[in-house]
Amino acid sequence: METVIEVANLTKRFNGQVAVDGISMRVRRGEFLGFLGPNGAGKTTTIGMLLGIVAPTAGTVRILGRPMPRERQAILMRVNFSSPYVTMPHALSAWENLLVFAHLYLVPQPRARIQALAERFGVAHLLHRPVRALSSGEAARVNLVKAFLNDPEVLFLDEPTASLDPEAADTVRAHLRTLQRERGLTIFYTSHNMSEVERLSTRIVFLHRGRIIADGPPAEVLRATRHATLEEFFLALARSGAPAGGEDAGRRTAS
Amino acid sequence: MSGRRIGALLLRHLFVWRRNWQSLTELFYWPLVDVLVFGFLSTYLTQRAPVPFIVGLLLGALILWDVFFRVQMGITVSFLTEMWSRNLLNLFTSPLSLSEFLVALMLFGLVKIAVSASLMVAVAWALYRFNLFTLGFALVPLVVAVVLFAWAVGTLVMGILLRYGLAAETLAWSLAFLFQPFGAVFFPMSVYASWLQRVLWALPLPHVFEGMRAVLRSGQLPTHHVVWAFGLDLLYLALAFTFFGLMFQSALRQGSLLKAHD
Repeated sequence: METVIEVANLTKRFNGQVAVDGISMRVRRGEFLGFLGPNGAGKTTTIGMLLGIVAPTAGTVRILGRPMPRERQAILMRVNFSSPYVTMPHALSAWENLLVFAHLYLVPQPRARIQALAERFGVAHLLHRPVRALSSGEAARVNLVKAFLNDPEVLFLDEPTASLDPEAADTVRAHLRTLQRERGLTIFYTSHNMSEVERLSTRIVFLHRGRIIADGPPAEVLRATRHATLEEFFLALARSGAPAGGEDAGRRTAS
Repeated sequence: MSGRRIGALLLRHLFVWRRNWQSLTELFYWPLVDVLVFGFLSTYLTQRAPVPFIVGLLLGALILWDVFFRVQMGITVSFLTEMWSRNLLNLFTSPLSLSEFLVALMLFGLVKIAVSASLMVAVAWALYRFNLFTLGFALVPLVVAVVLFAWAVGTLVMGILLRYGLAAETLAWSLAFLFQPFGAVFFPMSVYASWLQRVLWALPLPHVFEGMRAVLRSGQLPTHHVVWAFGLDLLYLALAFTFFGLMFQSALRQGSLLKAHD
């Protein structure tokens, strides 16, 4: 299976402090990868480097076979990103925002595309409301419409269900699973909802203090770390400050 | 560079414009107040102690100054709008390139001034019988020279905002005013001390405004003022783009774009 994300010795230091410490990994087309770790583990910085908005101190990133950030524009045409913490401008309506982004991604027939995706994510009736008038759950679903506008091959999602009620979260998860299977989409996502991660992910990468300490299918990681659930593993890690089962437990290189 | 992406960003700011009544004050209210104040002042000066071309000198200078100020503010406010709405991360995780971003903001500055300047020209003619177009074809290079310098200053301000964030917002609102006392806008260069004149000739604005006064006096636009203004504009534009590029690289190293939404 084709490698779509390739990271080698990726390192980021801010004013001498290490945020990401020489991580390497390969993500294959169609993988649903849960990128996990406590706050401050380096997840957001890593996603920033993968998207070309944070310059690495050392190491390389290749997305869809192209070097980031040198071929940033060509890569970002085929990639998208969504986070409930990065909302679209509040003064504009959802429709206006989505139309602007559809043009930025050079989407053919943007109006039809927006309408179809809005119906799929159940926000068609909200399109003409200002973003400021949407609930956080509605805004998160509008963000997901934006994330699928360019029919991406790789999708970076930062806690996509964080602000959703259980029913809306379940609907979004179902859509993500379906879209991922239909299109062979690669999803690279972060979440603090461990049960969601266990259910959705075909693979998890666990980051702690900027280093990958576990990498593999959820069941394999749990076996290696001797925990019944990812929630337990996460709590043990957060409370002890060191990974249960030892450094690099469950680590394997996906290739 | 994609025209459609540039158009997308223009569309985004037109949407903001349409939904924000405050933008009407920026477009119509302040330009109207300016032209009324300077129109009455020049009328008064003409009555008290007739100075040749006083109406033209003041209103012509005011309109050209407004072109500079509002094009620069157009760029700066559009950039601030992206910062206030925390939209920079959305934009820079899309395929929008830095050059497309800059071109779009520059063009939007032009759209804004086209609206404001039309109003000012119309009011100056209707109330004070000052026709800016009496400057003839000389008007074209003067306006273009002013716009180029406004783009340079606007790009410089954006670079500062990118590096220092909203902490530098005050600078964004006030930097252009620094050029008013030192740009020979409403008075000739001879007002300044000779050493200061030598320094100020390194700015495009004194060449533009001296050029404008020469046209009003003699009907001729001195070529050397045009050449100097354009040469300096190109130099400052190159420096401003380089500065913005360096600030953008610095923002990438520091992760500022990522932190902007925290």
